[in-house]
Amino acid sequence: MATKQTGTLARFMMAPSVILLFVWMIVPLAFTLWFSFLQYNPLNPVRDGFVGFSNYALFFKNPAFLAAILHTLVIVLAVLAITIVGGILLALLLDQPMWGQGFVRILVISPFFVMPPVAALVWKNMLMHPGYGVFADIARFFGLQPIDWFAQYPLFSVILIVAWQWLPFATLILLTSLQSLDGEQMEAAEMDGAGFLSRFWYLTLPHLSRAMTVVVLIQTIFLLSVYAEILVTTNGGPGYASTNLPFLVYQKALLEYKIGQASAGGIIAVILANIVAFFVMRAVGKNLDK
Amino acid sequence: MTIRTLILGATASLLAFAAHAETITIATVNNGDMIRMQKLTDDFTQKNPDIQLNWVTLEENVLRERVTTDIATKGGQYDVMTIGTYEVPIWAKQNWLLPLENLGADYDADDIIPAIRNGLSADGKLYAAPFYGESSFVMYRKDLMEKAGLQMPDAPTWDFIRQAADKMTDRAAGVNGVCLRGKAGWGENMAFLTAMSNSFGARWFDEEWKPQFDQPEWKNTLQFYVDLMKADGPDGASSNGFNENLALFQQGKCGMWIDATVAASFVTGADSTVADKVGFALAPDTGLGKRGNWLWAWSLAIPAGTQKAAAAEKFVSWATSKDYLKLVADKEGWANVPPGTRTSLYENPEYQKAAPFAKMTLDSINAADPTHPTVKPVPYTGVQFVAIPEFQGLGTTVGQLFSAALAGQMSVDEALKQAQDAATATMQEGGYIQ
Amino acid sequence: MARAVTTRHKTIATAAAWIVALLIFFPILYTIITSFKSEQEAIQGFSLFPSGTLESYAEVQSQYNYFRPFLNSVILSVGSTVLALVVAIPAAWAMAFSPTRRTKDILMWMLSTKMMPAVAVLFPIYLIFRDFGLLDSRIGMTIMLMLINLPIVVWMLYTYFREIPGEILEAARMDGASLWNEIVYVLTPMAIPGIASTLLLNIILAWNEAFWTIRLTTTNAAPLTAFISSFSSPQGLFWAKLSAASTLAIAPILIMGWFSQKQLVRGLTFGAVK
Repeated sequence: MATKQTGTLARFMMAPSVILLFVWMIVPLAFTLWFSFLQYNPLNPVRDGFVGFSNYALFFKNPAFLAAILHTLVIVLAVLAITIVGGILLALLLDQPMWGQGFVRILVISPFFVMPPVAALVWKNMLMHPGYGVFADIARFFGLQPIDWFAQYPLFSVILIVAWQWLPFATLILLTSLQSLDGEQMEAAEMDGAGFLSRFWYLTLPHLSRAMTVVVLIQTIFLLSVYAEILVTTNGGPGYASTNLPFLVYQKALLEYKIGQASAGGIIAVILANIVAFFVMRAVGKNLDK
Repeated sequence: MTIRTLILGATASLLAFAAHAETITIATVNNGDMIRMQKLTDDFTQKNPDIQLNWVTLEENVLRERVTTDIATKGGQYDVMTIGTYEVPIWAKQNWLLPLENLGADYDADDIIPAIRNGLSADGKLYAAPFYGESSFVMYRKDLMEKAGLQMPDAPTWDFIRQAADKMTDRAAGVNGVCLRGKAGWGENMAFLTAMSNSFGARWFDEEWKPQFDQPEWKNTLQFYVDLMKADGPDGASSNGFNENLALFQQGKCGMWIDATVAASFVTGADSTVADKVGFALAPDTGLGKRGNWLWAWSLAIPAGTQKAAAAEKFVSWATSKDYLKLVADKEGWANVPPGTRTSLYENPEYQKAAPFAKMTLDSINAADPTHPTVKPVPYTGVQFVAIPEFQGLGTTVGQLFSAALAGQMSVDEALKQAQDAATATMQEGGYIQ
Repeated sequence: MARAVTTRHKTIATAAAWIVALLIFFPILYTIITSFKSEQEAIQGFSLFPSGTLESYAEVQSQYNYFRPFLNSVILSVGSTVLALVVAIPAAWAMAFSPTRRTKDILMWMLSTKMMPAVAVLFPIYLIFRDFGLLDSRIGMTIMLMLINLPIVVWMLYTYFREIPGEILEAARMDGASLWNEIVYVLTPMAIPGIASTLLLNIILAWNEAFWTIRLTTTNAAPLTAFISSFSSPQGLFWAKLSAASTLAIAPILIMGWFSQKQLVRGLTFGAVK
């Protein structure tokens, strides 16, 4: 009896969140789905009307489409790899006894507080600018030709900026997890003559797996929709060299005002996100249940 | 008179004031001239105490995105919008803009430079008032030109530009022979390249709206541009827009720069290290009868959805009037007056004295013809753009391809082929061609 | 002997950590330094020693009164987060203490709502906001940001609540505590660190949200993200001005982050620590 009561109460308590999010999901989704079957160009409304699946066909036929899918995945995977490997190394370093640990930690987490457009503007103009950037100054100091980052390595540049923003997040979560590692077990292993690498491999890494899972899950959600950094720095180019799916949708919606095609792109992005989510969540869900 | 009536009277006038105090929201671009206008707001509010101004100053691309979304959805967020010669004819056709018919008795609309005025009118009605107008021309370093042993003619050819650029380039000294736009965007590299292509006899579409990127004229244009920039352009040219090139030129890193005429006051201004060494010439040609210069005017328009049309029009009239030019001249000097809108400005001896580039600017503006932009006939208007709604998307796509060609990520032929495909797809979708 | 090794070890670790930390912090540091340079200085090559001029700040302030977007950022980020907490706490409580087979699925579904690319739904949202008169209103933006961060808030709270041992609740119930007392006197004190860190993280996320806050506001509700978009690439030299505007835009949240980092870090585990 009691359980049934709590069950009802639980449902009642969850209702506001669930209903709000359901409405928040379904209303825009329904609009987007509907728009994706229309020719809808607010700048040229003459030809608007129902067009079936042709928006999807056009979106698929777009030469940038495959590149965009690929770049979306590359950004997610590359940033995850950099932040997790870098985050583990940083966490190991910060876990050592040192002077001024608190201050060091403050410095390391700071990039997380910087809003994406500012981060992109700062990297673009202050650091990576081929004429006035710090990197160019350094290159010239060594007598080298400054690198034109956004023209020569556009996708890498975007990945670098995004990774800089997310590295603190990964580091913090991994560090907290590292600090909860059982010291006695570590000492015992050390007594038995286990080297640093084998201790790291057999004790530390398995212990961090939960934290890594969390980092992957949270970051994937945000990385799938990276867009401000691209808009500010490369504008998706040169060519389509740094166009990802959200940016392609942005171009269709706010540059070309082909709302129909943008909506089709949005639906495709949702499907892609759900495929990624399916794999990530399965892996993560299991790991989190442990 | 009793105290009671006094209070009543005061209340009534207060109420009347409150009822009349309107706040109009103005969306504008964060260019130097607009920011100056924002700082001179007090002059307007003194003359119109019942109107408050609310400024939304945005970077060009964000501004365009915001105002276009708002006007297309009739969001009603703005009472005055800053838009260009590209938007005005398209939006006027959609009945999204109010015609400017009450600009006041002493506004003197006939004083507006004819080429600009035509660009902002539809069916004989003015739909936007020009705040500043520009064409493009060659800015060059007189000292470097002399060092190279050359003399810049008033109307150079592209071959001369190429020759001069080769001679001026001195990588060791950090001098690039020529700086041109390379950053992708319909208002960035495509503004320059489309204007340049006109002088090579190229066109976007033929009379049947068939895209023309497969024609030799475009190949000549793009190949010349890429070769020139490879030999004599700055590093990272494919991410340089107006602003980046301006900074380069001001730092003495460019021998020549072909860009907007409004840049003239910046390269000769206080921020410039080469202010006293700059000469001006008309945009180059190839002898086909058209020059590679464009025509643009940032203009103030009133969206049809506004509830405050009268107040908005008062503001538009103030900001684009002769008195405003006078006001800027009094406060900041004649060289800082927003150029390119009024004939009377160019007849003003004080302005001619303060702005050595005045005559060349006016000549450039007058040399642009939006209705006959290139050598062959075209079905569209616009010098450095095509005034159809599809253009800003298409122009940017093509701009990205040409930017990739400049960065060496794509061959010229490949870029042109993809441009042709993209243009064909867009025109089919829009129903221009089958 | 052992102590000597430790000191050496500590010295090396300190040096390494400081170098890495300064490298990571460098972009922010250099922006702050450049904001105190003049425009001419800013492009004259690398220098860590500005002349200390405030002209860029004066110029930025004369163009855009900083106070209003600052206030809006505070109102929107705090308001939306508090609102999200009010809605999310009961839900997370229920999920943590009366889990069903579907709890996990519901959580994952909530997170998946964040995966819709915002730009694809701009037009429908813009139309809805227009019809409800929410464009450029603080209420509209608060609701928007609340919905965007709600999934993360629910999930974070859920992971904290789950760590609270059920026996304590049982014991409280045995003592005849009502549900309300249970929440107020038993649960809340234990959940405070988790709630605090959820609050902080989501204030940061809301503060830095840069799509909707730029597209749905004009002046009245425009926060610092809109402020910064007035200073990207105007005509002429702008490196120092951009640095000053950037510093102004990130300073409040950076300072808040620094002061509250202990609280933020303590709870920023998403249940990853066990």
